[in-house]
Amino acid sequence: MNPVNYLYLAALLFTIGATGVLIRRNAIVVFMCIELMLNACNLAFVVFSRMHGNLDGQIIAFFTMVVAAAEVVVGLAIIVSLFRSRHSASVDDASLMKL
Amino acid sequence: MENLIALLIAAPLLGAAVLLVGGRRLDAVGHWIGTVLAAASFAVGVVLFTDLLGRSAQDRTLTQHLYSWIPVEGFQADVAFRLDQLSMTFVLLITGVGSLIHLYSIGYMEHDERRRRFFGYLNLFLAAMLLLVLADNYLLLYVGWEGVGLASYLLIGFWQHKPSAATAAKKAFLVNRVGDMGLSIAIMLMFTTFGTFAFGPVLGSQEHPGLAGDATGGKLTAIALMLLLAACGKSAQVPLQSWLGDAMEGPTPVSALIHAATMVTAGVYLIVRSAAIFNGSPDAQLVVTVVGAVTLLFGAIVGCAKDDIKKALAGSTMSQIGYMVLAAGLGPIGYVFAIMHLVTHGFFKAGLFLGAGSVMHGMNDEVDMRKYGGLRKYMPVTFATFSLGYLAIIGFPGLSGFFSKDKIIEAAFAKGGTEGWILGGAALLGAAVTAFYMTRVMLMTFFGEKRWQPDEHGHEPHPHESPRSMTIPMIVLAFGSVFAGGLFSIGDRFLNWLEPVTGHAEGDSPLSPMAVTLITTALLVVGVALAYAQYGRRPVPVVAPRGSLLTRAARRDLYQDDFNHVVLVRGGEHLTRSLVYVDHTLVDGVVNGTAASVGGLSGRLRRLQNGFARSYAVSMFGGAALLVAATLLMRAV
Amino acid sequence: MSFPLLTATAALPAVGAIATAAVPAARRNAAKALALLVSLATLALAIVVLVRFDPGGDRYQLTESHAWIKEFGVRYELGVDGIGVALIALTALLIPFIVLAGWHDADPLETGSRRWRPTQGFFALILAVEAMVILSFEATDVFLFYVFFEAMLIPMYFLIGGFGDRAHEHGEAAASTQRSYAAVKFLLYNLVGGLIMLAAVIGLYVVAGNFSLQEIVQARANGSLHMATSTERWLFLGFFFAFAVKAPLWPLHTWLPNAMGEATTPVAVLITAVVDKVGTFAMLRYCLQLFPEASKWATPAILVLALISIIYGALLAVGQRDIKRLVAYASISHFGFIILGIFAMTSQGQSGATLYMVNHGISTAALMLVAGFLISRRGSRLIADYGGVQKVAPVLAGTFLIGGLATLSLPGLAPFVSEFLVLVGTFARYPVIGIIATFGIVLAALYTLVLYQRTMTGPVKAEVEAMPDLRARELLVVAPLIVLLIFLGVYPKPVTDIVNPAVKQTLSDVQKKDPQPEVEAAK
Repeated sequence: MNPVNYLYLAALLFTIGATGVLIRRNAIVVFMCIELMLNACNLAFVVFSRMHGNLDGQIIAFFTMVVAAAEVVVGLAIIVSLFRSRHSASVDDASLMKL
Repeated sequence: MENLIALLIAAPLLGAAVLLVGGRRLDAVGHWIGTVLAAASFAVGVVLFTDLLGRSAQDRTLTQHLYSWIPVEGFQADVAFRLDQLSMTFVLLITGVGSLIHLYSIGYMEHDERRRRFFGYLNLFLAAMLLLVLADNYLLLYVGWEGVGLASYLLIGFWQHKPSAATAAKKAFLVNRVGDMGLSIAIMLMFTTFGTFAFGPVLGSQEHPGLAGDATGGKLTAIALMLLLAACGKSAQVPLQSWLGDAMEGPTPVSALIHAATMVTAGVYLIVRSAAIFNGSPDAQLVVTVVGAVTLLFGAIVGCAKDDIKKALAGSTMSQIGYMVLAAGLGPIGYVFAIMHLVTHGFFKAGLFLGAGSVMHGMNDEVDMRKYGGLRKYMPVTFATFSLGYLAIIGFPGLSGFFSKDKIIEAAFAKGGTEGWILGGAALLGAAVTAFYMTRVMLMTFFGEKRWQPDEHGHEPHPHESPRSMTIPMIVLAFGSVFAGGLFSIGDRFLNWLEPVTGHAEGDSPLSPMAVTLITTALLVVGVALAYAQYGRRPVPVVAPRGSLLTRAARRDLYQDDFNHVVLVRGGEHLTRSLVYVDHTLVDGVVNGTAASVGGLSGRLRRLQNGFARSYAVSMFGGAALLVAATLLMRAV
Repeated sequence: MSFPLLTATAALPAVGAIATAAVPAARRNAAKALALLVSLATLALAIVVLVRFDPGGDRYQLTESHAWIKEFGVRYELGVDGIGVALIALTALLIPFIVLAGWHDADPLETGSRRWRPTQGFFALILAVEAMVILSFEATDVFLFYVFFEAMLIPMYFLIGGFGDRAHEHGEAAASTQRSYAAVKFLLYNLVGGLIMLAAVIGLYVVAGNFSLQEIVQARANGSLHMATSTERWLFLGFFFAFAVKAPLWPLHTWLPNAMGEATTPVAVLITAVVDKVGTFAMLRYCLQLFPEASKWATPAILVLALISIIYGALLAVGQRDIKRLVAYASISHFGFIILGIFAMTSQGQSGATLYMVNHGISTAALMLVAGFLISRRGSRLIADYGGVQKVAPVLAGTFLIGGLATLSLPGLAPFVSEFLVLVGTFARYPVIGIIATFGIVLAALYTLVLYQRTMTGPVKAEVEAMPDLRARELLVVAPLIVLLIFLGVYPKPVTDIVNPAVKQTLSDVQKKDPQPEVEAAK
């Protein structure tokens, strides 16, 4: 199959993720959309790796996964503590740094 | 012998330091410390005087170099003293009259709890005044010059709880500062012109003319006029005369010592000392004579209208110094006589002031002559000494003032030409007015009916003679007033003494000395007669009548003060107030405005940071899209 | 290698600052004593520097030199000339008095909070300022100088903003607002100046290739370093602007009255008597030596600004209602004289200006500290709130008068010598400017005497009736300053001897000769 098709898929996934970030209020959903965007990028990296025949893209994809995993840990923790203090998971409610 | 010169200054300086730093512990003996040290200085002066007398006339200049004061590349000021006939004369006058007035003050200030401090200030004054006349360069003279100004400030404002005294003190200092500005500019001019301002190199001596002889006329005139400005300030000459009348707020011994006998004559000293400069600039000399002539009339007119005995005497002082300045402006014809009149005036005016102080002492510090009258019965000694001073100042033949003032009038005529006639005429007119106002003071104070009344507390003054410590100085000064003139004039003693320093020339007078004497005496009689007609034959009203236009003007010092007030004080207030406004709104406003606009801009930018994560996301995506678009665009191009 | 005396002189207060800050909260008095001790020890070191300095010797003495940032040729280079020595001595001399005068100024209002240690902070900051000021007088590397010139702002900012007069006529809240306004204004003004200077410092590096003052001056003198006229002028302006803000020169002066008005009096003295001197010192050292041609080019404009400062500062002082602001404006007038003397480019003017820096430090300290004692008694800075103090507190009034007389340059007191030298030096080259500047002495008499009259004389006001006279500690602060004022007025030779050779060097850098007297020249 033509590898370009995978790129189209990656672009589509990224767009869905971006749209989700912009229009959804729930922090968990926004968070998942960000993950979606990251994975879209990962896909693109792997595709490029394949297209150019070297491993750089795949290595970067691993890096991204590691970073994403760390991010999940921190991000979820923030969301949980936000939810605890405000009793809501809406990102719009958390528009001030202080309570 | 030279090494004694510093001792002259050191003694009173030590007194000032001890008395002012010593604190209340010295309250009991402070006045004696002050008096003894003043007398010690006088004693040293006498020793030096006898030493000078033992030398030949050309060899009477002693100098003492203490140390290098301000050494800077190309600029050299030393602490060095010069004692010659001119400064010797002043030293004796200052320490002599000064010691007497110290003695007088012991009694006069007896009931003042701050007497120790008073003596400290008096000693400070003596030290500064001696420094002024002994300095060997103009910058050191300037130290003494401002030093006496400081002492005068402290003493005028001695009773500082009285706002009027504090204001008068401040005014005296400020007006003097204007004069001081002249002196400092003169010193700067000397420095740029001659490269030095030491007396020796600049002024030279009779045999060896100094650098002043080599300068261009314009520079000399500028220096001379600046020195004159300084002299006007210190000696209360028009246009800087306004402070002297107010200075009478000070205790009377101060008025006698500082504002009559010594400090106010410093201007005359300055001019005579700088003879070499003035001689090179006839234009400046003309201005000096004009200032002198105007002031002698101005002071005399003011003296005629004042009811405050001290202010009347202050007007008289101004007028008499006018005579001296006039004489000094005449050049070598007049220098010696200026100093001679200065010395005799020192005696009789100090005596008159001490007499006035004695009267006030007995009259509960009342100064209004309209509330005196008939005091001769109550205060015989004061009356006698005051009368001798009176006769001396009006120039009664045979007394001090007669000799010294006559010489000045003669010298004024000897100036020659129209100027000579005008100046001589002014001096003659002044003599007549002097006779008038002094007779007025005499009659209002000692003759006629008693006019005093109980004050608001019901205390009626009980005029009485003053204690011995006050009358002795008055008697001594009265002797001086009577005999000094004759002593100086007979055999031209004073002339021979001073001539090696100041030089002397005989003028070409259109009138013979005899004629001048006769005219003066005639005018004197007229002045006395007029005063007698007005104040002797009729009772003096207790409340001053409204008076003629001239009287009213003279009471207000010929409106000079009002002019100063309106133009300088008011104008200055407006200026400073508007400048404060400008500084706040304009200079600071520009800065604050910049700060405010930066603040406003950031306030607007702040709104972009609204805290909504999704709007940040939009701007992020927008930014990313923009970057991608830009990259693509660049590729395409 | 010999003992690094200059480093030690600066390091001692720096270490002392840290030690003072570390004193536990409860031991406030120990912190004060420590600060005083350190400042006295620094004074002792400064005296050693003064003694070791040989006026007839090399231009820069007691030099130290170490590489610091090799990549940019920045070196840790110290050295002092006569001017630097005089100012280091002044700084070290004044700090103990400032510490002693501010003994109670930073006592916490209520005890209890264990973490709040204002006293320790106050004295530590003062020592920190001392260290940086001394280093900026010692540095002979432009970059090194710049670092301390700027770093000084940080402790000063906290000193102005963090500590104010105990009593305030408008209440504590208003005082706090005004204080932070003053502190921010101080910081911003000086930061802007500093930034512009930073640009010029970098520019200088680009042109010269290193930061060493001596090397650049030498290279310029022997022609190996050529600067285009416009480059030199721009660099000069960059440096001068920063120094003019610090000095302060009209119209960059408005931060000073705010800062001096709101800060406690010892800090106000620190600002005007010590910190501001870095500005005028740097004009003399950096502007004139690095950019002689541009200095001459800018002289007319700077002289006019200095003249405006003199007259304008004095007039505004007359119009003030607040004692501390009055002294601040008087200082602006005096800084005008200093700058006038520097740029008159004559031996008398520059020696006078250097002497003026020292004398102004002492005289302002005397006047301002006594004013501070007065203010602390009544709790008001307004002149109108006083009257007749002379009667109840004669010693206070007497010392206040002497401080005032020094401010108006009465002959016999130290400032007269320097003011007259500046005037003579200016007059020799620019007679008209010299004469106009002379008006400043009349105005000085006006504002000083009006201040004295309104506060000290007249009937005793009810509020001041119970005012105590100076206490022993306060007298200990004032008396030595007054003795020094009199001593340096009567015998200024020790200072002029140190300063003269340095001034001569500076003048030869700018290649200016003193004007010759007319008559002698003719002979």
